[in-house]
Formats: sequence, structure tokens, C-alpha cells
Amino acid sequence: MSNQKNTFVFNKENEIRAKEILLKYPTDRRQSAIMPLLDLAQRQNENWLSRDIVEYVADYLEMPFIKAWEVVTFYSMYYTKYNGKYLVQVCGTTPCWLRGSDQVIKACKEVISPEPNTVSSDGLFSWMQVECLGACVNAPLVQINDDYYEDLTYDTTKNVLQSLIDGSPLSIGSQSGRKSSKAVS
Amino acid sequence: MLKEKDKIFTNLFGDESFHLKNAQARGDWDNTKELIKKGREWIIDEMKKSELRGRGGAGFPTGLKWSFMPKDSKLTNYLVVNADESEPGTCKDRDMIRNEPHKLIEGCLLASFAMNAHTCYIYIRGEYFNEAVVLQKAIDEAYDAGLIGKNAAKSGWDFDIFLHRGAGAYICGEETALLESLEGKKGQPRLKPPFPANKGLYGSPTTVNNVETIAVVPTILRRGGEWFSSFGRPKNTGTKVFCISGHVNNPCNIEEEMSIPLRELIEKHAGGVTGGWDNLKAVIPGGSSVPLIPKSTCDTVLMDFDSLSAVKSGLGTAAVIVMDKSTDLVKAISKLSHFYKHESCGQCTPCREGTGWMWRMMEKIGNGHASSNDIDKLLDVTKQIEGHTICALGDAAAWPIQGLFRHFRDEIEEQLKKTKAA
Repeated sequence: MSNQKNTFVFNKENEIRAKEILLKYPTDRRQSAIMPLLDLAQRQNENWLSRDIVEYVADYLEMPFIKAWEVVTFYSMYYTKYNGKYLVQVCGTTPCWLRGSDQVIKACKEVISPEPNTVSSDGLFSWMQVECLGACVNAPLVQINDDYYEDLTYDTTKNVLQSLIDGSPLSIGSQSGRKSSKAVS
Repeated sequence: MLKEKDKIFTNLFGDESFHLKNAQARGDWDNTKELIKKGREWIIDEMKKSELRGRGGAGFPTGLKWSFMPKDSKLTNYLVVNADESEPGTCKDRDMIRNEPHKLIEGCLLASFAMNAHTCYIYIRGEYFNEAVVLQKAIDEAYDAGLIGKNAAKSGWDFDIFLHRGAGAYICGEETALLESLEGKKGQPRLKPPFPANKGLYGSPTTVNNVETIAVVPTILRRGGEWFSSFGRPKNTGTKVFCISGHVNNPCNIEEEMSIPLRELIEKHAGGVTGGWDNLKAVIPGGSSVPLIPKSTCDTVLMDFDSLSAVKSGLGTAAVIVMDKSTDLVKAISKLSHFYKHESCGQCTPCREGTGWMWRMMEKIGNGHASSNDIDKLLDVTKQIEGHTICALGDAAAWPIQGLFRHFRDEIEEQLKKTKAA
């Protein structure tokens, strides 16, 4: 660990949120708040965590750094590098694959970058393949930051990505015009 | 076919708002106090009469599970709701959370009261961010209306619900891994015993139940255990939300009667198999962890626990993944092998090493560079993983592969011979 002083602190809003989060757990179980606090810190830092930030959160909860780092590296939703303004996560597990997730990946390669985990040249986004996102009857789908775009095709994936480039994101949810998980008939 | 009047989730698709006022108009929170007044024994007894089996995959009788909670413990009892829905093919809890959150919250109160718990945690998968926002709003509404909190619903019972978001780990759907995660650690399953009912969250008695299991509780108590058990077959009762994905014309979620024939489920609700029933190759009937069944079995099998286990598969989460004749089955299952490799927590050697090895072998077979001996070796390895790990993830990784070769080995070997010859 470096002796450098950490520069990261929760901003005022997040300081209040952190205190509220701690109220959810018994007072002698502060460690229970590690996941929500890492999430909070990550949101404050353009959706990624540096080692310094993890140290800050560990100190905040009075737990050893290594225990916090274990959590960061165990779960897939903590990122230790910058992924662009939008992180596009394409589900490639069997139910999505059966309905054409390869075409969604093809669209991401063309619009974002040929390789996954690579921030596009304009810094706007990167894409990665992930495992089941739990919306299988609306397959194939992508998660972009907090939002799901569902029932995709090659073309509608391109539309969604273009809408991010244009700065006016399309409505989230199904892109085939149906409502939630109801069968179209 | 289940009649509209017998559906529990009347707003499954969000045709109406999730908010408290609308939920109350649909019958949620209707005189909850009276149900609580009937007492703990009455609630557990009705749950036993309903023959409800847990909806998270294992199918353990819910009333019996609740009765394991110590009645006079000096420790704090907890209810933990498993909303870490991650089993490939499964997306039913998502709809209940975003469109029927008050059924879940009311169920939490009733179940917690029955198990002497004043505190409930709902552990929702991290990716369900918008769903968590809705659920938190619904929880806040319930607090504001006095339905939960001190003297919940004027019942005299103090009750708190806290929402906890996960961060992307399938293994946290395993109940003891979930508890570890809730305690702020890596989600690695615990050895059992001790079981959570004795030593669970923070070392206290804890029951972990799936979202659907809890969300059906208020309706069961209002309409009676016998009403619920009048659907389906003995020991396989009730209504059930099925998820139909893959090669069907209209993929969807649908609440139906337990024990509905698989073919009827697909044809009535999902618009049939793409290209017609005869174009069906195989179905994974209960989420990725259960072995697939070939078309010949799909023709007649019923969608319930006992019927599917009789054909060496399982109801699991009732997530039906349909594959038509265009499907490269080896590739379809290999993708599941990759899933388990990615999601293994790394604690037990057979699973940590075996899931990766099995995936690589599946890829080798898929690429046509394998022999019949390789298949024997692969099946042998699945047997060495199965039953030799702390939790069931090892089994879940082994079973889809066993299912594939049980039904399609001849066809796959034929393909391998052709590739070799070419």
C-alpha cells in the first residue's frame, strides 16, 4: 500500500446515502454495507473503482483492505478500469444465443470496437459479453449502464447504439414494440 | 387452462401500475391484520395444506421449511428473500418485483410473522437496478401507509424490510452463499450442517425463500390452502409462473396450472415451436441446471416436479428453453458449460477445475476434434464432479452434459465421424 494520501471521499449526497445504508444492518455488522458502498463509490467515480477508492471504503467500514478487495474482484459488477460513458453488456448465454445474440455482438463490434473491453475512439462506450442477465423471454438483450434493451435484432441494436451517439437514448425495454414479457399475438 | 379468476398475479405484465393504491384495488393488503390474528400455527398449517413447494428450484415443501425455525430462540430470527434470479432461462421474479411488488412485501410480513422474524432482507441481483428502484418505492409506500414498520398493518407485530442489491454473481442464488454475501463477503457457499434455520444470517436462525414462494403466500392464506392445492396433481400443486424462451413464436412469461402438459404450455401461450411442433429438437424444461429432454419425451411430459424427475430431468425454476431442429445442441450446452465455468466460486476443486475442463472438452467436441473416447472421459469427469462439492453448482454443471449425451450421443458421434472423414 502506498503512503500517498487518498483523495477520494464521498460527496455530500453520498455521505448521507452511506449513513442511510448503514442503518439497514446491525450496528456491529458494518461489513454488510460493503457492496452498496462500493456501488455508491463507483457511481461517484464514472463507474469504476481504483485501489485508493476501495481503501477509502474499507476504512469507512473499519474492515481490512484485502477483505474489501476480495469483494471487488469476486463480483462482476465492480470495474477496476474505466469503461467509457456507456458500458454495453451483451448477454451471450444459451437463451439469448438461440435468438440471435451473435447478431447483437456483430453490431457492437461494428459500432463500438472490434474487440470487447475496449473503449471506443470517441470515449463514449465499450462492450463486453456477459452471462445470463435474467430477462430470457425478451432475448436477445443488452444492459447499458443500469438499463435493459430487449428483443433486439442486428438493426435495432444499431439503432440503440446510434441513439447514444446522438445523445438522445431510445426508450428502454423491448425494442420490438411489445409490452414487458407478455406474448404478442 | 388456468382461468383468469384463479390467477394470483393479475398484474404480471404491468398493465396496471405497481403502486399501493392500484395493488390494493387488486386485493393486496386487504385486512392483513385478520390473517395475522389467526396466529402462527394457523398460517403454517395453511401453507402445509397448500402443499406449496419452493419456487426457487429445489422444490422443498414451504410449510415444512417454515416449521424448522426455532420458536423460542433468544436470537433474532430472519427471513431472507432470494431475488438473485440468475438461472439461465428464468425471469419470472423480475416481473413479480417490477409489477407486483406489494404481493411480495405483504408475503414477507406474513411469512416473517409465522417464523417469529421481525426483520427481512430481500437480496436482489445487482443487474435488476430498475426493478430494485420499483421495489424500494413500494417498500417506502408500505412504510408510509403503516403496513410495515412498527405495529405493521395494526397487527401488533413490528416488522422491517431492507433491500440489498447484489453485484453480479450467480452463486449468490445458493442460499448460504447469499448469506455470506449479505454479511459483506465473497459469495462462497457454507458447509451444511449447520442449516440456516439454526445458524443463518449473522449466526441467527434464518429462512431463505424465493420471491415467487413468498409472493403467493397472501393469496394462499386468503383463499385457503385447499384452494391452492386443488390445482395440479398431488404433491405438485398450485399455480406456477412459467418462462418460455428460445425457439418459440412468442416467448413469454405465463401463470398456469402446475402439471400442464409441456406441449400445451408451449402451443397455447408461446405461439408454438418455430416451424411447428415437428420441428422441435429438445427442451430444457427447468432452467439451465436440469438435463434436456428430446422431442419424444416433450410430446407427453407434464410440467411438474415428479413428472419431470421421472424422465431424469427436473422442474427447477420452470424456465422452459425450447430448441428447434436448427440448433447445434453441442454448442447450446457448451455455452451453459461456459456459464458454469464463469460462475464457479472457486472454493471446491472438482468444480473450480472441472467446470473449465468440461467446457474445453465440450468445445473440442463441438469443433469436431474429439473421439468417442473423449465423450467417455467427459462423462466420467461429470460423475466425479457430481456430488463432490459443497453446493449444487457442480451438479448443475454436470447434468446438462449428461442429459445431452444420454439422448443424443449417437447423433453426435455420427457427426464426429463425418468431420474426421472430411
